[in-house]
Order: sequence, then structure tokens, then C-alpha cells
Amino acid sequence: METRTTSRRTFLSLSMGLPLGAALAACGTSGPTRPGGGPSGGGGGATATYWYLSVQPQEGVRTRTMERFNAANPNGKIVGTILQNDAFKTKIKTAIGAGQAPTLIWGWGGGGLRSYVQAGQVEDLTSWFDQNTALKDRLFPSSFGAATIDGKIYAMPCETMQPIVLYYNKQVFEKVGAQPPQTWGDIMDLVPKFNAKGIAPFSLGGQSRWTNMMWLEFLFDRMGGPEVFQAVFDEEKDAWNNPIALDALGKVQELVKADGFIKGFSSITADSNADQALLYTGKAAMMLHGGWTYGGMKQDGGDFVSGGHLGYMNFPPIDGGKGDPGNTVGNPGQYMSISSQATPEQKEIAKKFFATELMGDQAIKEWVGTGAVPIVKGADSAFASAEDAEFLKFVYGIAVNAKSFAQSWDQALSPTAAEVLLDNISKLFQLSISPKEFATNMNAVIGK
Amino acid sequence: MSTVATSATAASRAGRSGSLAWLAVPALVIFTGFGLIPLAGVLVLSFTSWDGLGDIGFTGLDSWRAVLADPQLPHALWVTFLVMAASWAVQTPASILLGTFLAGDQRYRAFLSVLYFIPLLLSSAAIAITYKALLDPNFGLGAGLGIPLLVQDWLGEPVLAFSVVIFVVSWQFIPFHALIYQGGVRQIPRSMYEAAELDGAGRVRKFFSITLPQLKYTIITSSTLMVVGSLTFFDLIFVLTAGGPGDTTRVLALDMYKRGFQANLMGPASAIAVILVLVGLVLALLLRRLGGRDAAHSQLEGA
Repeated sequence: METRTTSRRTFLSLSMGLPLGAALAACGTSGPTRPGGGPSGGGGGATATYWYLSVQPQEGVRTRTMERFNAANPNGKIVGTILQNDAFKTKIKTAIGAGQAPTLIWGWGGGGLRSYVQAGQVEDLTSWFDQNTALKDRLFPSSFGAATIDGKIYAMPCETMQPIVLYYNKQVFEKVGAQPPQTWGDIMDLVPKFNAKGIAPFSLGGQSRWTNMMWLEFLFDRMGGPEVFQAVFDEEKDAWNNPIALDALGKVQELVKADGFIKGFSSITADSNADQALLYTGKAAMMLHGGWTYGGMKQDGGDFVSGGHLGYMNFPPIDGGKGDPGNTVGNPGQYMSISSQATPEQKEIAKKFFATELMGDQAIKEWVGTGAVPIVKGADSAFASAEDAEFLKFVYGIAVNAKSFAQSWDQALSPTAAEVLLDNISKLFQLSISPKEFATNMNAVIGK
Repeated sequence: MSTVATSATAASRAGRSGSLAWLAVPALVIFTGFGLIPLAGVLVLSFTSWDGLGDIGFTGLDSWRAVLADPQLPHALWVTFLVMAASWAVQTPASILLGTFLAGDQRYRAFLSVLYFIPLLLSSAAIAITYKALLDPNFGLGAGLGIPLLVQDWLGEPVLAFSVVIFVVSWQFIPFHALIYQGGVRQIPRSMYEAAELDGAGRVRKFFSITLPQLKYTIITSSTLMVVGSLTFFDLIFVLTAGGPGDTTRVLALDMYKRGFQANLMGPASAIAVILVLVGLVLALLLRRLGGRDAAHSQLEGA
């Protein structure tokens, strides 16, 4: 492949340096920078940079965690920039490629992290974790899987675990006189019932595409267990041709054909939280979504969550399926790496942040406050006093009891394969390709 | 586009008096810095394999082979062509009529021309976000006002989504082209209309026999801008539909972005960029040829 290599810097400065630099600079200044964090402030010490995701309540926790760190370390502050989820994914890649990465690289681990590691853009933290065993032992061991590439740790697992949960609106179920689904058959039976009442059975933010993917993740798992996708991940030839995979792809198309998803789902984005709004306004009865949406619905949905109208359950089993119904998929954690392009001072600030505030006691308390489970051992002891104790126990229970907590496919795969995957998933939901065509297209990018 | 135009005028002026050649320098520097050098960079990148992060490896024609063999390319080309043709067909008649109307010197027309100009002042991203919100089948205008006709899956049905893209593009750019035509119409000597009136020509006859033929070069200019400009529609479509549903609105520029920045395939993305540049150049040349042959020929005979 790489017969001759040229410094990517040379090319960047030639081909994209100017416009890109200008664009980045423009975004940097227009982005909301936190007060007191300006490069000139803070007594002349070095500053580390940190980009993180918008959308409350998570954004608030990240901001306050950073501010606490800054207050305690006036000579080595962190400057934050807030970005939207889908925009962040491309922007961080571009910035890293251009040598303009922030000191702290936030992400989902897995395939994306692997591509940074292969490019030598992130610090190896293995030895640092060996020196800080107390910190390492505090975190869930399972969360290190997606942070470990070829036996070395390149990121600190942080924040919360986010299994995908099947949410439902209890009021709507009462109105229709229906019971939450216990099997896939129940789901298919519920679809015409809700449609007859003018309520969409499922809310879905289909334009974001990874939202559709969550359905396939569960169908694959419930029908064939985690092995079906593991074969793809392990780069087995024609792994998508597995009859179970084809069957699962067909099942999701049956649901689309039966009008299982809300009208217009392919033009709804998850970034706007419109999919959550459909559930709490009663326009849709159910929604398969990440654990993080609990916090969003609690914040925006009026008394929907506090009034006990939100129901939640693990994805139901499928008749004749081989997968364990206790399994789950989602994000086993979030991941924070340190850019290898950062100065030694910045790296020191970053490591200090990792060791102190990032998963400090106050941060954990605030994460629990958002209705999410921090990836810290014994986090359940903090639940009793929490407002959302019931949901927290539910999520903790899923995470502890799941025989398999699979990482989201698009995060586990390389960015190249993930893009083809998402593209084909949106076509699959659009019914413009058949399961067979889906499998053929996906087999072509296995291992890429 | 504007840099090209500036450098061209500067060059022709410099031809007449050599001492003014330095006037071309600022435009040339900017055009070289932001036009030619990136273009050369992209051309080189199209012969490499690069994920946007690591080292760049030269792989010869691999990227080109991958792009040309991909069924996505003819599809994206076809969509791009459709967008180009449909947006031209919608915008041109509307802009000519609007431009002719606004060329009148009545007070209210001057006022209206200011109003019509507003969409051009808004950024494409803002327009796209607004339309997306208005067209939302569950929370949008139709649902809010309770008008069932407006409650359609505007951005989720292939034909509707494509039509919405064309509509929004036209909504944004018709004011601009109307402005060009307004200027064109005002250039037509009054004497031609007076002569026609003496011969007993009515409004419609005057429009088709004088206004339209006199606007020939304006039409070519505006069409060139529309056609070449439609190759670069990106922000609007990206925010509105993200190329969806499926890939029904995935134009070439969007395909390039998705390959390069989402799939980390900078080589193939650069190959598409080169194709985009070539298509744009060929189209611009073709359009120039179309009206350029008798450019020296006067249109004002008998005026």
C-alpha cells in the first residue's frame, strides 16, 4: 500500500492549510468559550484545550467538571469548546489530521480510536495507568475494552455507560389499552393497534442513521447472539451472508413496511431531540434509544419523566432466537485521549484532569443526577438518594447482568466501514435495497 | 467565481496599457493561493491513499479505479445533473419575469425589489434549518396550523425531497438572478420599445420580440452562474436532507464530503473533486461557446 510516504503536513499546508485554518479559527472564536479560560487569563500558565458535546444535561456536567478543575488549577487551565454531536465527529477527525487537535480528544473508543492510534496521534496511556492503579481499579474493567488497541490503553474510559433501552409512553399504552411488548411478535401485533389510533408505534430519528442501526444491533443479537456481528468485526469473509443476519435485516424491513416507524422518520435528526419529543408528546408510543435520552426527556418533557409516564425495558426476545435476552448494546463508556501533538505542559494538565476531576466524586454525583450510570465500581451506592433511583438501578442491572455489552457497530468498525454501514442502513430502512444487497455491499468493506 | 471574473477584467485592461499590469496582482495572488494551489493539492491527493490522519501513501490510480468502478458515481452524477437542470428550468423563467417586472421605475417596484432581495442575505445553512423545521411532518407548519395538505413527509419521500431541494434553492437564488435580469432589461434602449409601439406591438409581443432577444447575453451569464453554481450546492442539501432519503439527493459535492470526511477516504474524495472541477470547466466553456461565437456582433442594430 504505502510505497512512498510524504509528510501529511506538507500536503495539508499546501492543499487545505489556509482555508481550513481560517475555518477552524473562525469556529474557534465563534464557539462558546468558557469564561475565565482565555489563553491570556489564568496567570500566564499553559492551557489545555477540550472539545465536548452539546445537548443538556450532559453538556452542563462536562462544563462544571472543567470549571471545578480550572478553579483548583489556576496555573494550568482547560479551555472548552462545545460542539454538536454529528458535527463533532467529522470536525475532530479533520482537526487531528491537520495537527490542530485539542489536547483532550473525546470519543467513543473502538474503530475511531484505532484510526488515531494508527496515525500516531494519541498518547499511549498504558504506563500512566500502571502508575495510577487506584484510578484504574475504580473504573469498570469492561469499559477498558474499547480503549485498548493491540494490548495498549490509549484512552481513559469516563463519564457513563449507555445501553440502548426500549422506552415507552405509559399514557399512550393506557389510552390504547395495550401492554408493553414481551416478544418480537408482540411488537408486530402492537403496530396496527397504534396505527389505528393515529399514534406512531415507534419514534425514530432516521436521518442520523445510527439511530436505525440500534434496531439492527438488537435484532442481530436476539436472533443469533453477539457472535453474528463479532464475525464481521473479526473480518470473516462474507460474514454478512449469515442466514441469521439476512433474516434480521428482513425483519426490520417488515417493521418498516407495516408502518412501524413514525411518518417522516427518515428526515428526523437525533441531534434536535425531535425523536424524544415525539415520545413524550404522545405522538409515538415507543422508542428504541440510548440511555442518555432519559436525561433529555426529563429535562424537556415537562412532567413526563417525573410524573412516572415513561416506561423502559430491555429489548424483548425474538421467538426462536438464540441470543440471550439479557444482552445489551450501546456505549460501554465514553473515552478521553490525549493528543500526541500537545506540548508537555498541556499533557501534564490533561493527566492531572484525568486523575482528579474527570471522574471525581462531584462529577460522579452530577452524572448520577442526569439519570445515567457512571462507569465507576459501586456507583449504585449513590443511587438510593438520587431522584432517578429506579431508572439508574435498571441501567446498572442491565450492565451488570448482561453477558454481552456490545459496542455500537459504527463505533466498533473503522470509519470507512462505518460510513458504508450507515449509508446502507439508511437505504435498507428506505426499502431501496434488499437484505441480500445490503449483505453484498457490506461484505465488500469487511476489513477495510 | 468572482476572483476569476476580476482577474479576467484586470487582464484585459492590462492588455491595453501595460503599465497597469500590477492591478492584476492582488486577484492573481488570491486566485493562486485559494484556487490553483488547493487544486494542485487535490489532484496529487487523488493519486494517493490517505485516511486524513496518518501518512500519505502514493498508490497510483487505485483511488480513480475505486471511484470509477463505484455505482455511486453515476448515481451522484445523475442527481447532480437533475438538480442542475431542474433548478435552471425553475429559476430562469421566474427570474426573467421578475427582473423585467422590477426594471420598471415605479416606486412600489423599487420597494418590492428590496423585499425580494432578502432571501439572498440569509446564509444557506440558516435557510435550510428553517425550512427543515417548517416542513417537519410532526412539529412543522402543517401540523401547527392544522392544514393536512401541508402535512407531508416532505424530506422523507424521494420525489418530494428532491422537489423541496429545488424549491429552496430557487427561493434563495431567484432574487439574485432577477437582479441580473433587472440590470439587463434596463440596458435595453427605450427607442426600441417606442419603435415597436409605433408599429402597434402589445406588451406580450414587445417582451418576446425585444426584451427576450436583447437579454441573450444576460441569460447566458445567469445560466452559467446557475449551472456551475449548482455543482457546488452542498451546505443547503447537507443540512436539509443530508443526501437522503437513502441517496436520492446525494449530489457529487455531498458524495465527495461523505467519502472524504466521514469515511476517511481522502484519495477517492479528491478524485471526485477533480471530476467536479472538470465538469464545471466543461460546462462553463460550453455555455460561453453557446453565445460567445458572435460576441462582437452588435445587438443594437436599428436602435
